[in-house]
Order: sequence, then structure tokens, then C-alpha cells
Amino acid sequence: MIILENVNKTFGDRQVLFDVNAKFEPGIPNLIIGASGGGKTVLLKCMVGLFKPESGSINFNGRDFVHLPYESVREIRREIGMLFQGTALFDSLTVEENVDFPLKMFANMSPEERKDRVNFCLQRVNLVNVNNKFPAEISGGMKKRVGIARAIALNTKYLFCDEPNSGLDPITSRLIDELLLDITDEFKITTVINSHDMKTVFDIGESITFIYQGRVWWQGHRSDLHEARQSNKELDAFIMASQF
Amino acid sequence: MNRLFFELGRYLLFVRSMFFKPERFKVFFERTIHEMNNIGVGSVGIVTIISVFVGAVTTLQTAYQLVSPLIPVKVIGTIVSDSALLEFAPTITCLVLAGKVGANIASEVGNMRVTEQIDALEVMGINSSGFLGLPKIIAGIIMIPCLIIIANVLMISGGILAAKMTHLMPPNEFIQGARETFKWFTVSVSLTKSLVFAFIITSMSTYEGYFTQGGALEVGEAGTRAVTRSCVLILFSDFIIAKLML
Repeated sequence: MIILENVNKTFGDRQVLFDVNAKFEPGIPNLIIGASGGGKTVLLKCMVGLFKPESGSINFNGRDFVHLPYESVREIRREIGMLFQGTALFDSLTVEENVDFPLKMFANMSPEERKDRVNFCLQRVNLVNVNNKFPAEISGGMKKRVGIARAIALNTKYLFCDEPNSGLDPITSRLIDELLLDITDEFKITTVINSHDMKTVFDIGESITFIYQGRVWWQGHRSDLHEARQSNKELDAFIMASQF
Repeated sequence: MNRLFFELGRYLLFVRSMFFKPERFKVFFERTIHEMNNIGVGSVGIVTIISVFVGAVTTLQTAYQLVSPLIPVKVIGTIVSDSALLEFAPTITCLVLAGKVGANIASEVGNMRVTEQIDALEVMGINSSGFLGLPKIIAGIIMIPCLIIIANVLMISGGILAAKMTHLMPPNEFIQGARETFKWFTVSVSLTKSLVFAFIITSMSTYEGYFTQGGALEVGEAGTRAVTRSCVLILFSDFIIAKLML
């Protein structure tokens, strides 16, 4: 479980996050929704330690990520997998080498065991016969799946996805959504997904956090969303704009 | 002025952040060998061409300036070899390497930054500056002095070749002139310069790439900045080393 308490983040004079409080449960997809520029990506990057909040705490099962020394932060990071918006695959490495990379760096496994694990992860994301291709040689949807395979290679406890459907066609988007849902359920990981795709929200979202102008405007279960929009005009406007 | 101190401080902190224990020595060793191949073996061609021509041109121009019949022609060998060892081989070669290797490193690291590959390394718990920068610095410190030794030999060889081809003097006279005043100390100056320049080229280029923000345009600008700043620092440190050692 990840618990955020009073997280504030500022860039220069501009405050981007204001006293963010949120809770993300394991075993279910936790979605952060909101308009572009609302602070979703900044919040996600604070959670994975790419940005340091000015104040507040981010607890990973009781370990305060913000106030730990760098070495301890690196230890927690090894439990984190992240799917970046642009996939961030290493373009000089093949698909197989990309998935193998975290294993090679941190796992005490023989080359054969690593190869088996890589093949398992690639098969789990429904990728076959692409092991020796470079990221530039595969489609956007395949890159996202390689990114997911790399993120789960080390038996990740926490999976963060920044706009996993961006730039994908609707069919591939649904495949990625289903994959994230299955993986979250199968490995009981805490999955946090940034999205502004309401189809994703209604298809796989369990816990929803709506961010508006750097503040948590609403947090609850998907089933409460329709009721909440009656009294929350910003949430309603966001859902209306998505034609849901 | 504030900007200068900001950049200097950030550069020093960046260099310090690179010197942490690598996560996995085997991977670190493989990356260092890979970088040694990129930086060293990949630059042998350009270093060969430059060295031979600089040696040849220096010989012809020195001969052109030494018009007095009282000065023996073997002095040309002395001047060319000392100039090559002390200045031309380390400095000119490293200025060229700043262009070739420096731009390459800055654009590679800069591209990794703008495509979030460096963020991916950090999220995995890898010290990205050390992972990317340290193998390049070690590879540079090992391979660039080797390239400078090659450049020293080729510059003198280029001089001998030019002297022979233009019937300026026979090779043995050139070599005699070079040997008469030869001191091992000049070789140590040359190697000291090459070590310092190697560190400047690799660390400055990695630094420029690492802090790139934006897109393709900014990656290009980082490459340009890496080359210009490396060149200025090379010339500045060249002066300091000359003052301290000679």
C-alpha cells in the first residue's frame, strides 16, 4: 500500500501540488485522473522519487520514501516498476536485453534463469518472436508491452504507469488495459495508473483519484463516480468532456 | 556570474555523484570495454590523418622559417619533435577528439535524457550518472593517452616523411635532430596533458548531455556546448599545465 500525506511540490515560484493526500491499495488498479497540466505526472514522479516534494510524506508499506537517505530510496526503487509515457526503452538494446536489464543489474540469477524469466515476462505480455528486435523496429503497442515486461521482470511490488494508452489505437489501448488489470490481480501488486482516458477508468479503474489544479478533488471507488459527479462540478466537467 | 557559479557547482556535484560503487561490476566492466572501443578504437582513423598532416606541415613551415645557413637543418627535427610532444599531439588531437567524442557522448546522453531513459535508470534504483558517466571517463582516461602516444609517433613520422618527400633532409638527419635534445620529461608532460584533457572531454560532455532539457533541438545544442566548453577548458588547462610543469 502507498499512502501520501500532505504532499506539496513547487517548481520555482509555481506550486504544482497542494497538500495531496491519497491512498493506493495493492491488488487493484488505482487510477489518477485529471486534465493535462493538472499535476498527475508530477505526482507520479514524486511517488517514484524522480521529484522530491518540498513537504509531506510518501509511505511505501510504512517506509517514508521522502525522508529516507538516498541508499534506502534506491532499495525501495528496486521494488518499483514504471511504464513511462514514451516507454523509455533503451534504444541501443534489443527487446530481450531491455527486459533482461533489471535482472542483469540486480537479480542473482544465472544467464539461463534470466533468459527463462525474460521469456516468461514477454509471453505474459503476449509478445513472441520479437526478442532480437530493437525498440525502433516494433510498434507503439508492442513497445508499451515491452515496457510492462521490463517493469515486472524483478517481481515488482509497485507498478506505476504514466498514460499507458497515449498514442495507441482504441483496440490496443483496451489490450494494454486488460494486461495491466490481469498483471495487477495475478501478482497482487500496487498499480498506480495516470490516465485521462475515461474508457480506461470505467473498464479497469477500481480506486479513482481525481486531481484538479494540483489538488486531490475527489477520491473513491469507480461505482461512486456517477454519484460524485452530481455534487462535484469539476469532476462532472472532466467526465462530460470525455463524452461519458 | 551567478550562472557561472551555478554551472560550476552543478558540474562538481555531478562529477562527485559519478564516483559511487557500481551496482554490478560485471556490467560496469562490459560498459567500460564498450566505451574504450567507441572512444579509442573508433578514433584511431581521424587521429592518424590529423597527426601525419600536422607533423608534415609543421616540418615544412619550420623549414620555411629557418632560412639562416648558420642553423643546421637537423634543428628542424628537434623543433618538430619537441613541438609535437609538448603541444601539438596532446592539444590538437584532444581538440579534435572534443569534437568527435564529446559531441557523440553529449548527444547520446542528451537523447537518453529527453526520452526518459535516464529516468528509467533512476526508477530502477541505478545511479544513472555513475552508470552512464564513469565508464566513459575511465575509457577516456585509458584510451586518449594511448591515442596521444600514437599521435606523437605519427606526427614525427609525418615530419620525417615530409622532409624526405620534399628533399629537405634525409630521415636520419631529422631523427638525429629529434634525438639530440629528446628528454623523457616531454613525454610525461604530453601524457599528463592527455590525462587531464581526457577527463575534461568525457566528464564535460556527459554533464552537458545529462542536464539536457527539451527535445531534439536541445540535444543538438548540448552537443555544441559540450564541444565548445571542452575546447575552452582544454586550452585553459593546457596553459596551467605548461606553467606548472615547464
